[in-house]
Amino acid sequence: MFDFSIVTKWFDALLSQTLGLPSFWTILIECVLIGLLVLTAYALICIVLIFMERKVCAYFQCRVGPMRVGPWGIFQVFADVLKMLIKEIFTVDKSDKLLYAIAPFLVMIASVGTFSFLPWNKGMHILDFNVGIFLVTAISSIGVLGVFLAGWGSNNKYSVVSAMRAAVQMISYEVSLGLCLICAVILTGTMQMSGIIEAQTGPWKWLIIQGHIPAIIAFIVFLIAGNAEANRGPFDLGEAESELTAGYHTEYSGMGFGYYYLAEYLNLFVISGLASAVFLGGWAPLNVGITGFDNLMNMIPGFVWFFGKTFMLVWILMWVRWTFPRLRIDNLLKLEWKYLMPLMLFVLVLTTCCVAFGLTF
Amino acid sequence: MENNKSYFGEIGAAIKTLATGMKVTLIEYFTPKVTEQYPENRKTTLHVAQRHRGRLVFKRNEDESHNCVACTMCEKACPNDTIKITAHMEEDPETGRKKKKLDDYQYDLGDCMFCQLCVNACNFDAIEFTNDFENSVFDRNKLVCHLDKEVYKGGSLPNILDGGAPLTIGKFNTKTK
Ligand code: SF4
Ligand code: SF4
Repeated sequence: MFDFSIVTKWFDALLSQTLGLPSFWTILIECVLIGLLVLTAYALICIVLIFMERKVCAYFQCRVGPMRVGPWGIFQVFADVLKMLIKEIFTVDKSDKLLYAIAPFLVMIASVGTFSFLPWNKGMHILDFNVGIFLVTAISSIGVLGVFLAGWGSNNKYSVVSAMRAAVQMISYEVSLGLCLICAVILTGTMQMSGIIEAQTGPWKWLIIQGHIPAIIAFIVFLIAGNAEANRGPFDLGEAESELTAGYHTEYSGMGFGYYYLAEYLNLFVISGLASAVFLGGWAPLNVGITGFDNLMNMIPGFVWFFGKTFMLVWILMWVRWTFPRLRIDNLLKLEWKYLMPLMLFVLVLTTCCVAFGLTF
Repeated sequence: MENNKSYFGEIGAAIKTLATGMKVTLIEYFTPKVTEQYPENRKTTLHVAQRHRGRLVFKRNEDESHNCVACTMCEKACPNDTIKITAHMEEDPETGRKKKKLDDYQYDLGDCMFCQLCVNACNFDAIEFTNDFENSVFDRNKLVCHLDKEVYKGGSLPNILDGGAPLTIGKFNTKTK
């Protein structure tokens, strides 16, 4: 298994020892570089996701999707970005200018922040705190603020209604999301992202296999809650086009709206990435205990595994999105508070019992 | 779904219906797409039913004369005032009988709603709809047609009057340009 930390260590040594920079400059240069890399990766993945969404959605609805710009429509996203960039950005009269302006950035911060926690490869974590999982849930909650402030700052009562609905939904589903992650923490015994993955390497060690029944339930609930958390259908109440024309970002034009759009897709990726990291082993290859097969699987680089698993989950979430109709707000809250949350509390106890009596693989 | 189920019964029923929905869309994902790639397929696989109401034309006899006697039944039948007929009375020098003579048959394609009432109203079998549908222009005035002046012969697309290519559903049409 290729360990990416060799590269990072080499680079660190290059700056601090070969070039002899003081540690302040070393860290500064590294931070800037990492920041640039994260943002580039963010943009690239977003382009891929938007294109994928349109094609997958088209295929589920028995049509072809974008075909005009470029072969098979692959340049459609770039054309759309260009269009969005040249749109006029206006502000709304009598709106709260400050809140209106910073709301998209809050959403972006939450999304890039959680994005940075994803384990791409062995030794290739951008943020790897010893309370990683905990911090992910904390940072992702900033998004709620962004959504709510967007509605509040817009001076538009429909946006406020929509923002309240979105916020209520995101806050509610965060409960099950957190409980799912706690199940994973119980099973692996660590909160650190790299530790969680490390615990899943080895034959039949993916958490979903290791933790069998409780892990599978937690995994499914995580996907459902994550879908709701990312404000995507069938939980996309926040932007109920048919009822509210667009939702909390009605008053945003050009890139202001673009940020919400971006964040929505990246949240989808982040949720899938987290699910694959926490339950499907992240970059950990599929090992079955037969040496030849395991070695072959170990040859495949970790980030291929990670992207493979993540995009599979993204596809599944898109499948769900384009299958089910949008829920009503009371149904949505009922689902969370009457079904998912009690279920997850039960699963939490079940997981604890499994671990305590050594019933895991 | 009935609402008299228990808490767990409801969960079971919900999972069942959700799974059904997922199954339907998954099948749909792999079925051939029905989207027609329009400008690419206009000469190859485009099918337009012959009875499609594209625009109104005069029926022509062998000698390119038309049957319209300017009775204005069609004009009266049209709910949109799409048709405007101007005519004058003319005396036939041989028989001495007076007869209405058509000056102008104006048909505004931009107003027409393709209801076929005019064709139904005509007692002389003078007008019909053709399936030639490519009517887009940049200026509405270009849509005002004078049917008696033009002799309509075939559509703007090859063999469109026969319906174009045979109707095939579920063929991905782009590659067969
Ligand atoms: S089809 Fe209907 S609307 Fe069009 S000209 Fe005939 S009667 Fe008028
Ligand atoms: S088209 Fe038919 S209904 Fe209309 S004026 Fe001519 S003969 Fe009469």
